[in-house]
Amino acid sequence: MSSLPASLPSTSVPQLPGFWRRALHHRSFVIGAVLTALLVLAAAVSYAWTPWSPYEMDIANKLKGPGAAHWLGTDVFGRDVASLLLVGARASILVGVIAVGIGLVVGTALGLLASARRGWVEEGIMRLTDFTLAFPAILSAIMMTAVFGPGIVNAIIAIGIYNIPTFARIARASANAVWSREYVAAARASGKGSLAITLQHVLPNISAVLIVQSTIRFAIAILAEAALSYLGLGTQPPQPSWGRMLAEAQTMMWQAPLLAVFPGMAIAFAVLGLNLLGDGLRDLLDPRLARAR
Amino acid sequence: MPLLEVNDLHIRLQTQRGPADAVRGISFQLERGETLGIVGESGCGKSITVQSLMGLLPSTAQVGGSIRFDGQELVGLSDRAMDRIRGDRIGMIFQEPMTALNPVHTIARQVGEPLRLHRGLSAADARKEALALLERVGIPDAASRLDAYPHQFSGGQRQRIGIAMALACGPDLLIADEPTTALDVTIQKQILELIQGLVAERGMALILISHDLGVIAQTVSKMLVMYGGTIVESGPTAAVFADREHPYTQGLFAARPALGAPRGQRLATIRGSVPELVDLPPGCPFAGRCAFTEEVCHNIRPEATRLAHGHEVRCIRLDAVREAAQHKEAA
Repeated sequence: MSSLPASLPSTSVPQLPGFWRRALHHRSFVIGAVLTALLVLAAAVSYAWTPWSPYEMDIANKLKGPGAAHWLGTDVFGRDVASLLLVGARASILVGVIAVGIGLVVGTALGLLASARRGWVEEGIMRLTDFTLAFPAILSAIMMTAVFGPGIVNAIIAIGIYNIPTFARIARASANAVWSREYVAAARASGKGSLAITLQHVLPNISAVLIVQSTIRFAIAILAEAALSYLGLGTQPPQPSWGRMLAEAQTMMWQAPLLAVFPGMAIAFAVLGLNLLGDGLRDLLDPRLARAR
Repeated sequence: MPLLEVNDLHIRLQTQRGPADAVRGISFQLERGETLGIVGESGCGKSITVQSLMGLLPSTAQVGGSIRFDGQELVGLSDRAMDRIRGDRIGMIFQEPMTALNPVHTIARQVGEPLRLHRGLSAADARKEALALLERVGIPDAASRLDAYPHQFSGGQRQRIGIAMALACGPDLLIADEPTTALDVTIQKQILELIQGLVAERGMALILISHDLGVIAQTVSKMLVMYGGTIVESGPTAAVFADREHPYTQGLFAARPALGAPRGQRLATIRGSVPELVDLPPGCPFAGRCAFTEEVCHNIRPEATRLAHGHEVRCIRLDAVREAAQHKEAA
């Protein structure tokens, strides 16, 4: 993928006519974009400023409800929940970006290769993805952390590997559909090789599907990180993560139910936002809908 | 040396119902600047034949015989070597202008692409050439529409853009696979005239596939009638149109709708349907539907009977067919 022709970026999909104008009128895209922007903003702000230090314990003020000093209250160690949430957003984004990145790059490359080569190459790659998909994500992540030790890096790699077959399958299926199009025959008839056709014709035509899928996998990756951290296999203390906050809040369910509500809501809104964003993008990137204007 | 020389071409395709002999030993020649039409029903092997010229057959297809283009053997040529010929020396126009252009690229880019690929032109030079080509094929106001996307053009205009793409490198041979089938009649005529004009102006050879005899009559100088993967009749268009020796050719002509025919008269059809390529009979492929069939037709593949001016017919019962035609005329 290193030899992308220089002209490729000029055809990236968001250049569709009237993309931004239509985007502003698409409700779920706007809501999704705002929620996703909030997630990114939270992580960005946490680097510059948090109301309190997320690592600082204050046992005297533990399990405080929301108030003027601690907006969202404090946890069982007296740490500021709002600060923990802000810093925890970093873990979510880190996991989302890298795990989806691994899946997107490796999976798409495999899918495109399978589609361009067909025959035993395609068969081999697809059986390999079947094999990977046969293990549930959490199981393979647990297996990996069992072998390499718990920690955010291993969690990310595990989630990333789990994403590869999904992207490989989607890329192959949509690429096969593109390969059977007449404009690909026309491109071959004008003397283009498989690599050029893959990069110039197939990839741009399946990029909308991949972008949409990325937002959905991003949401799933956040959930997976939360699940792994909840099980103690993801982000390690003292690094805050929404999943770990949930796990710690669980033991305090009766004394301080709000402790579970805040990280739960953070996860729910982040996932909802990314899903809505994906939905919106799916509509906006469809050239058939773009032509209406 | 002819520009294109096809000799005893066989193509076997792998289908879900087993191997199918889509093309069963066809031969023809094409000189520089000559125009050739191929007619026949769907599934007679005409599209497969031109796809084999372009090396566009599925990889599971087996090709036998020989295709020599300008002295170079194309059968068995590697994809890489074929890429240098396609789009440069042989251009192709497709049937469906709605799908033959990539929806995510501008037309300037698509038309200029072959030039960048084969001539190493810079993006700016290719764009200039693309403009000239688009103007030549009659895209109105081409200069301001270079950066438009395919969906912003009508079907006829898209076919013009497809033609511009095929012409970009000034090929020696232009292949048009049913270029007007997807267009409405008034546009059909304009597109055919455009192709004819370009062929004459550039001295290209043309292979035009069509199931429309009217299109063949006004566009090409010689023609092949294909049936069941074989050529049943071939020769100068005028001679084939005048004589119509083969029963299948006669059936094709009889099935044309005619203006001014009496009301309520049913359109003539050829009885039966095209045989499946998977189980073609060993003899004449048309035997199952022909009025003149005798036992021998089912078993023996007819040899070509050579008539005047390079006109050839493959029919064992040719004498009986001619007799019947004379009777009909007398009556």
